Amino acid sequence: MTAWLLPFLVPFIVMNAILGIVTYVTLLERKFAARMQSRIGPYRVGPHGLLQPIADAIKLMMKEDVVPTAADRPIYNLAPIVFVLPCMFIFATIPFAPGLGVADLNIGILFFLAVSAMEIVGLFMAGWGSNNKYAMLSAMRAVNQVISYDLPFIFSALTPVLLAGSLKLSDIAAAQAGLWFIFYPVIGQLAFIAFIVSTVASENRAPFDILEAESELVAGFRVEYSGMKFALIQLGEYAHVIGASFLGALLFLGAWAGPGPEWLGPVWFLITAMLIFLLVTWVRWSFVRIRVDQILALSWKALLPSTLLLLIATAIVVVWRGVPGV
Amino acid sequence: MTIAAPRHVELDYTGSERLTMNMGPQHPSAHGVFRAILQLEGETVVGVDAVIGYLHRCHEKLAETLTYAQYPSIASKTDYVAAMTSEFAYVRAAEMIGKIEVPKRAQYLRVIAAELQRVASHLLWLGTWCLDMGGALGGGATIFLYCIREREMILDLFESLVGARLLYGFYQVGGVRYDLPAGWVDTCRQTVDVIDTRIDEYQRMLEDNPFFQVRTQGVGVISRELAQEVGIAGPLLRGSGVAFDIRRGEPYSSYEDFEFRVPVETSGDCFGRYKVRMAEFRESLTIVRQALDRLPDGPISSRPGLKSVAQTRIPKGEAYARVEGARGEVGCYLIADGSAKPYRMKWRGASFSNLAILPHIIPGHKVADVVAIMGSVDPVFGEVDR
Amino acid sequence: MTADQARVLIAERFSGAQVDGAAPVVVSVARDAWLDLARFAKETLGCRFFSFLSAVDWKDEGLEVVCKVDNLDAGLSLLLKTRLGPGVSACPSLVPVYAGANWMERECYDMFGIAFEGHPDLRRILLGDDWVGHPLLKSYAVDTPYPPYR
Repeated sequence: MTAWLLPFLVPFIVMNAILGIVTYVTLLERKFAARMQSRIGPYRVGPHGLLQPIADAIKLMMKEDVVPTAADRPIYNLAPIVFVLPCMFIFATIPFAPGLGVADLNIGILFFLAVSAMEIVGLFMAGWGSNNKYAMLSAMRAVNQVISYDLPFIFSALTPVLLAGSLKLSDIAAAQAGLWFIFYPVIGQLAFIAFIVSTVASENRAPFDILEAESELVAGFRVEYSGMKFALIQLGEYAHVIGASFLGALLFLGAWAGPGPEWLGPVWFLITAMLIFLLVTWVRWSFVRIRVDQILALSWKALLPSTLLLLIATAIVVVWRGVPGV
Repeated sequence: MTIAAPRHVELDYTGSERLTMNMGPQHPSAHGVFRAILQLEGETVVGVDAVIGYLHRCHEKLAETLTYAQYPSIASKTDYVAAMTSEFAYVRAAEMIGKIEVPKRAQYLRVIAAELQRVASHLLWLGTWCLDMGGALGGGATIFLYCIREREMILDLFESLVGARLLYGFYQVGGVRYDLPAGWVDTCRQTVDVIDTRIDEYQRMLEDNPFFQVRTQGVGVISRELAQEVGIAGPLLRGSGVAFDIRRGEPYSSYEDFEFRVPVETSGDCFGRYKVRMAEFRESLTIVRQALDRLPDGPISSRPGLKSVAQTRIPKGEAYARVEGARGEVGCYLIADGSAKPYRMKWRGASFSNLAILPHIIPGHKVADVVAIMGSVDPVFGEVDR
Repeated sequence: MTADQARVLIAERFSGAQVDGAAPVVVSVARDAWLDLARFAKETLGCRFFSFLSAVDWKDEGLEVVCKVDNLDAGLSLLLKTRLGPGVSACPSLVPVYAGANWMERECYDMFGIAFEGHPDLRRILLGDDWVGHPLLKSYAVDTPYPPYR
């Protein structure tokens, strides 16, 4: 293998693996939700519905692409791409095993948080470009919500950073070899809860899915999208959730640390990430949606101050103990 | 008795541009075809105009062309979610004018059907209301599917009783059309027990949930005065602190034989209406149990063996009959002229009056509250538009 | 407030009123006294609950407006009636007294063409704005064609 090929090959593999995971995560969620609701879920396409995601993808590709006459075409057409790109970029810094990743930046978590906040641009473009009242209201809500929840999201993600003493994701993972950060007394659990809540909110998952809010805003910012553009938006959303689940597993659940030989690492990582995803899904399918003003109040009045306090407390603990790490 | 004061909202025009947004006639949260034209200032609704009539079939004109034997099965198409109670109001009006006796067994069967229907209707309400607030892809859908599962059991009971699952034609002037099939009583008892335990589950799932509480408490407050003046009825009226239930205030069809409580909440908000309905579930189940226990033998109709649809003739006169439907006072004002068809029939749909409260309470709330309030009103558009 | 007391009070206050029945008490007054009767029922007799308002077409004898109100605490029901007279289709509106009369009177206007004087927003409610005629009038045949449904 020639050395020049590697920078292209690794992202290609990661990208496709992520696409595969995202596709099948939809099936996982549908099956999980179905069991919660005493249903069976997808069952007809393939054994136990295993081919359902493929069928969905093919269906979405075959659909007619309807563009509303009144839409602002350049923005409307660009929005799904602008939306989906940051959602894929966030996987760039995630190390799936020691040394296995696209780019293990030494400011990896900063990159992740910065890029993941960029999705709002695509969201707003979609809402604005559709030239639809529902979409626009949803875009306004999106800006409100994503900005308010990115702060607690960042603060809760920074707690493990302080504990590990590094912004490099592989260092954070390695620091948990002895003790997963979720088991770090008090701080770990609180940070994990704050992380889950702000993940759910900044990923716009129910009960914080006021952007989508189909009972009020029909489908929110993507109400005018169809076919492949809709599929891209959907893909982006799921990719973002999966990305955040991987981050959560990496920050709190020890990433690839698990029993068994070392090559099982990525498998453990995938399992813990899916556990976080299922936790988020569980919340999604059991709560009713809360109102936009209540969501903002929750963020600014409760979550933001408490995560900030937690961060300060963590810093004090780390300084007091003298050495970073567990 | 204290009542929360009606929410006072300053609706000053601050110079910002208002947005006119249509909700409906096709909208995921409309429980039928209903169009609300909302005036928004940001997320806050400052004005609402309700457009109804998309489902209008002119039942009142239709009733003038159909005989007393024909119309009851059409009456079920007004409130198709609680079809039993709509039939009930019509046959009761005809019986009041004609002074027609109804055998005791028929009265009990009517009560059983009406109460099961109330449970079925409330189940659908709970499901769709949570669907409104929780989203088709969220926690609401979970409750919705649970409720549909239980409603299905009642529909199965009706199917084995009448043969139909949604629109029954069970009531007829002078009694009921069908007697209970063999084994029905036991199945009914089991169903009632199952639903009773499931209601507890839902109540725990919802009331312990802070998100549910913040979405419903203090939202859409209807004052005691406004409630009466607009003429809302049923769970909405009792949720606003008025202890009035037609089954208690003006007993009909042997309701005086049964022991039940009339649940009242004084808060007047969505949560109060929810609490009233949840209590009504249990009261209805209690009534069904009592009626099954004491079901007398005897004929099921005082006018058996109808040979032609025009056979039932009602003497000249007029009457207003009302029954406590799932959504409130379902009334039928009937004027008979001695022929086989009524001269005039006025249908007082409970949903029509209940829906008229919306323009009074929606302004000042957020868009998301509109669906919560509309769901708590529980309109059935077949009954609104008639 | 029992039905008997209500009957006496109404007869005292409205000399031209015909009062009979017990449940509900049926009160017929002239059109001029219509609004006063409603106000009297609400304020003096305590009938705060507005049940329904509608009309009856008595062919040659003209239209009759019917309204039912209740005193829920005392269990008193009143059925108020007024004859508009042949050819007359105007009636005072009850909206100033009962907020619930708003939609009911709109429906009544829609179906009978009765113009309620003093109604804040009298337009069709169930039928489309371009509908011709008022269907519940006896002169309106059931099979009246209507474009485009001829």
